[in-house]
Amino acid sequence: MNSPPKLHPGLNLGPAHGDDHEAAENSIFGFWVFMMSDLVTFGMFFALYATALHATAGGPGPKDLFDLSSVAWQTGFLLVSSLTSGLALLHVKTHHHRSGAAIGPMLFWLLATVALGGLFLWREIGDFQAMAAQGALPTRSNWLSSLWALVGLHGLHVSIGMLWALVIALGVLLRGVDQRWKLTLLRWGVFWHFLDIVWIAIFSFVYLGGLR
Amino acid sequence: MGSELKSYLTGFALAVLLTAIPFVLVATRSDLPLGWILSLCAIAQAIVHLRYFLHLRWRGQKREDLQLVLFTVLVLFFLIGGTIWVLGDLATRM
Repeated sequence: MNSPPKLHPGLNLGPAHGDDHEAAENSIFGFWVFMMSDLVTFGMFFALYATALHATAGGPGPKDLFDLSSVAWQTGFLLVSSLTSGLALLHVKTHHHRSGAAIGPMLFWLLATVALGGLFLWREIGDFQAMAAQGALPTRSNWLSSLWALVGLHGLHVSIGMLWALVIALGVLLRGVDQRWKLTLLRWGVFWHFLDIVWIAIFSFVYLGGLR
Repeated sequence: MGSELKSYLTGFALAVLLTAIPFVLVATRSDLPLGWILSLCAIAQAIVHLRYFLHLRWRGQKREDLQLVLFTVLVLFFLIGGTIWVLGDLATRM
């Protein structure tokens, strides 16, 4: 295999994109370093959650509150959205190394990802509303504080990722898929995949671990 | 170009499988050692995402992207392990 070395994590544009491909190296590597610092932040929220597992203070616990089928839907939405985000990037890679390529398919996959993120948040917010209705607010116990903080932090990231994708959609509509928006799209792709990896840990340890 | 689409689809299929296993086991209240299976499936799926979606490999990277992940995981191991150790110890003394 004589494939050129990967310059950075995530999808590489490839030599056909010329300067855009070279410019991506520093930009995406820097963003990857930020992602790793974000991983440490999430890690500390997980550590806090683990220390608070039994600190329910007589209030409701995981088995009283968690809804397995809702978590399965959220997991499915986020996993499919990871694929659609990849397809948006792949379309840019294969079609946008020369000007005049249609942006329709790329916008379709980008907006499909936003829609799936929206479905994920809709189910997640529904779950937390149901918990609040049962009095399981963050003030109820140490365990609930850390649960709301950890899952809420992830939900906040998903919201920011959706907003970011909409800004990119608007940007390419106004300016076309130029170098600036290509690099933004690559960073966003890394961010979105990262969120799904954090979600693996949340559904495995928080939800499935709590229900087993 | 087709090979990269294949990479995403392969990763997606593996991720679906590694998600389905733990969900089905928990839903059917399996007697298997679930803690271990959940952890292994989660780690395996994280590796699948890093390899097939973020394209991180042992070889063929220009920078040490994968080593950065592994170093961060090492830092997290100390931070999380230390937190659980210290606070867990404190909890048993109170």
